[in-house]
Amino acid sequence: MVFGRSERRRRSGPAEPVTLKILVAGGFGVGKTTLVGAVSEIRPLRTEERLTEAGRPVDDLHGVEAKSTTTVAMDFGRITVHDELVLYLFGTPGQDRFWFLWDDLAGGALGAVVLADTRRLADSFAAIDYFERRGLPFVVAVNCFDGADRYPAEAVRDALDLDPEVPVLLCDARERESARDVLVAVVEHAMRRGARHPEPALP
Amino acid sequence: MTDQDGRPGPEREQARWFDDEAGPVVRPYAMTRGRTRTAAEGRLDLIALVIAESRAGEPIADQTLSPEHVDIVELCREAPQSVAELAAEFDLPVGVVRVLIGDLLDAGLVHVTRPVPPAELPDAQVLREVIDGLRAL
Repeated sequence: MVFGRSERRRRSGPAEPVTLKILVAGGFGVGKTTLVGAVSEIRPLRTEERLTEAGRPVDDLHGVEAKSTTTVAMDFGRITVHDELVLYLFGTPGQDRFWFLWDDLAGGALGAVVLADTRRLADSFAAIDYFERRGLPFVVAVNCFDGADRYPAEAVRDALDLDPEVPVLLCDARERESARDVLVAVVEHAMRRGARHPEPALP
Repeated sequence: MTDQDGRPGPEREQARWFDDEAGPVVRPYAMTRGRTRTAAEGRLDLIALVIAESRAGEPIADQTLSPEHVDIVELCREAPQSVAELAAEFDLPVGVVRVLIGDLLDAGLVHVTRPVPPAELPDAQVLREVIDGLRAL
């Protein structure tokens, strides 16, 4: 990524890459990993958090054996824009009970994609609520599964009761161009939001 | 250490003290000597980049370091690595990697970049560059 800059000193500023992240959220099996994989320059990597990290006191070892086998995976991908600008994509763990991890992911995020499946729209409510509450710019991307009925974006917007400013797109998470367009929409939305609210309120 | 969960009966324990259910041979938090947090926690966002303070080939003299510490430094010498990438690369939970990186920070072997919070994006220029980069995919 940034070879040949070994003379860089601590806090030398300009030469160190800027990293940004976009979250990809949505219900289980809605295509989060597929979307990340469609645009990532690396095979989506998987990392794990252990449930023992959910603020459990360090010296409380009771039940650790059982907990240490309970992990939650996050898939992520990377897009190197250039030497000094790298975008990371994180597929958020889908299950509600892992939401404590979302705060870790959402902190400092540029924006988010909520992937939705029209057959299971309710699965995306949780993610939408979360990003609305947090004030994180997000777009809703309807993953057009083969065999699922197609609905116009406006019908999806109504069904999800989205603010007018939230972009709604139809996409095919398997297609690179389609996934790319979704990410462009997130960044453009973040730009518009940034122009209106120079200092977005983060909790 | 894998036989302390009390599940297998004594005879089974004898025959197969180690199986898949026992988990990894070394429990990840053994590498951190049981620590689950580091003082550097707040600086170690998943996309914070870890940058080695030394070059490839230079000896890493600190005798208190584990092989995992050394692996991290060596990989970061090749190119800066995000916390998430290090966790994935070494197949370790993010919490474990954070503790190990905290040790390396304390030892002065690496430093980390601070991801730019969007509220501080210098201007629309960076975002425009991201959009251009995405469009070029």
